[in-house]
Amino acid sequence: MPAAISVTDLRKSFGEVEAVRGVNFEVEASEVFGFLGPNGAGKTTTINMLCTLAKPSGGSAWVAGFDVVSERDDVRRHIGLVFQDPTLDGYLSAEQNLRLHAELYGVERELVAPRMQQVLEMVGLWERRKAQVMTFSGGMRRRLEIARGLMHSPRVLFLDEPTIGLDPQTRNSIWGYIRQLQESEEITIFMTTHYMDEAEFCGRIAIMDHGEIVALDTPQALKEQVGADRIRIETEDDGAAIEAIRARFGLEAQISEGAVTFSVPDGEEFVPRLFGELGVPIRSVSLSRPDLDDVFMSHTGSTIRDAEESDGGAKARNRIAAQMMGGVRR
Amino acid sequence: MSVTESAPPAPPVATVRVPARSWRSELRAVKIVWRRELIRFSKDRMRIVTSLIQPLLFLFVLGSGLQQLSAASTHGVDLKTFIYPGVLCIAVMFTAMFSAASIVWDREFGFLREMMVAPVRRGSIVVGKCLGGATVASLQGVILLALAGTVGVPYAPTLIVGVFCLQLLLAFSITAFGVMAAARVTQMQSFMGLMQLVVMPMFFISGALFPVTNLPGWLAFLNRIDPLTYAVSPMRSLVFAHLDLSQQAEAALNPGITWFGWKVPVALEVFTVFALGMLMLAIAIWEFNAGE
Repeated sequence: MPAAISVTDLRKSFGEVEAVRGVNFEVEASEVFGFLGPNGAGKTTTINMLCTLAKPSGGSAWVAGFDVVSERDDVRRHIGLVFQDPTLDGYLSAEQNLRLHAELYGVERELVAPRMQQVLEMVGLWERRKAQVMTFSGGMRRRLEIARGLMHSPRVLFLDEPTIGLDPQTRNSIWGYIRQLQESEEITIFMTTHYMDEAEFCGRIAIMDHGEIVALDTPQALKEQVGADRIRIETEDDGAAIEAIRARFGLEAQISEGAVTFSVPDGEEFVPRLFGELGVPIRSVSLSRPDLDDVFMSHTGSTIRDAEESDGGAKARNRIAAQMMGGVRR
Repeated sequence: MSVTESAPPAPPVATVRVPARSWRSELRAVKIVWRRELIRFSKDRMRIVTSLIQPLLFLFVLGSGLQQLSAASTHGVDLKTFIYPGVLCIAVMFTAMFSAASIVWDREFGFLREMMVAPVRRGSIVVGKCLGGATVASLQGVILLALAGTVGVPYAPTLIVGVFCLQLLLAFSITAFGVMAAARVTQMQSFMGLMQLVVMPMFFISGALFPVTNLPGWLAFLNRIDPLTYAVSPMRSLVFAHLDLSQQAEAALNPGITWFGWKVPVALEVFTVFALGMLMLAIAIWEFNAGE
């Protein structure tokens, strides 16, 4: 089967700023592919180029077998889009929103009703189909948007931060739909997220930072590449501790999220030595197996949250504020 | 994730693929955008009522109030009857503008994006929107049309059909104008400001409330370049054709529009409204195509 998405040296600049600096990747048909990175890393810009919403400044991209620049409408007919920001008509009912979408995408008339029932049942909104969308909660709206993105049976479904601002339960059910989709439809899913735990569910993930892909593999393989365990310690004097770790053990430590953090191959055996030889009082210690946070850190030198705080700018701060208001700050 | 395990698997699907683009899919797009305007209008009863208030004020309050002053110069015609054609125009104007304003709302609430990314021509979306605005406004106009009897205008079928068609045309042109503006003006407050800035002067200058002969030079000039003038004049001719008026009254109250002394035929007046509407529609389509 040909690749669902094929990207070669894709670039996008906004004036002086290079948002995407030449990315290359392929997404296989029926894959769940995740784009992971802090806000401002260029994920949304990349997805916008793939969805024909932004023109690339350079390079090429093919989606569902069509060129995103020269065959824009063909691309659009074969993709479903779920944006970060809501795009529903609150005055219409759920059903009317889907019908409108089906008409705009030219879904064959006799398929509209059965398809609508199918997608609405999938997201658990069939009972609420007659209700005006403005009466829906944030989670219900997002589910409805996913149902709508599927109305015309796209080959590729793009989900830009599909779970942002949602409560954990709704996030779980959205992941449930995504898995269900994989089983029931010939569909490729391309999503962006900055939740590390969610990236685990993807078949493969690409880590993006400062407009470049810094790593691309299955979550398992990425974690194995890191290999080492991660140790976090809180000390009386972090500066001295970092110095001492370098001098005594030859390890590079960083301050991340308020604690001294470093990686070491056999963490459990290392901890007793640490207490014996560091020479700086330690208040607490924690040891963890590598997770995607460590993968991210090993490729970018910071955790995703630190990266957002340092260079996300106003946009990221607004989004974080919005998340906090949504009560999903973890 | 327990949610996944407990959810029943979806039934296998027959693959649906979006059919190739054709004029039929464009027509479907126009139709659904048009229908959305009607659905929204029917759900918004408040809007139906509020946009009736202004025309009714002009017709009954201004009309009745000024009647005492103007009785001498209207040759026995009730002032309400005289301004009725103008009010028929303004009734559709406000509603048409509100319809166009919904594009600004749609942008703010994100729905515009759903329409803009659809695999249809942007032109189809814009045409659907203008037709929807025109239909909704004309429906509003019908309510005003129903009041004909109260101002001494008969319910003749030719009059009703004629007025409805003229209202449809005017509403279409006004919506096109609004949509054209909405392509550029992205803030609701600015848009409403612009509408106030444009609509009220257009209405006052158009001759909806006064005959357009013997005006001071500057006002005559403004009147002739006001597009609404070319909708009010045929509307008045149409209504007056169904009244039993004296020659004097007809000459004084419905003199018609002149360009440097040449009397403009009604057909050309109507065509002017149509041509302007089409021009603004073209600009609106061009603007929406140019946007990313």
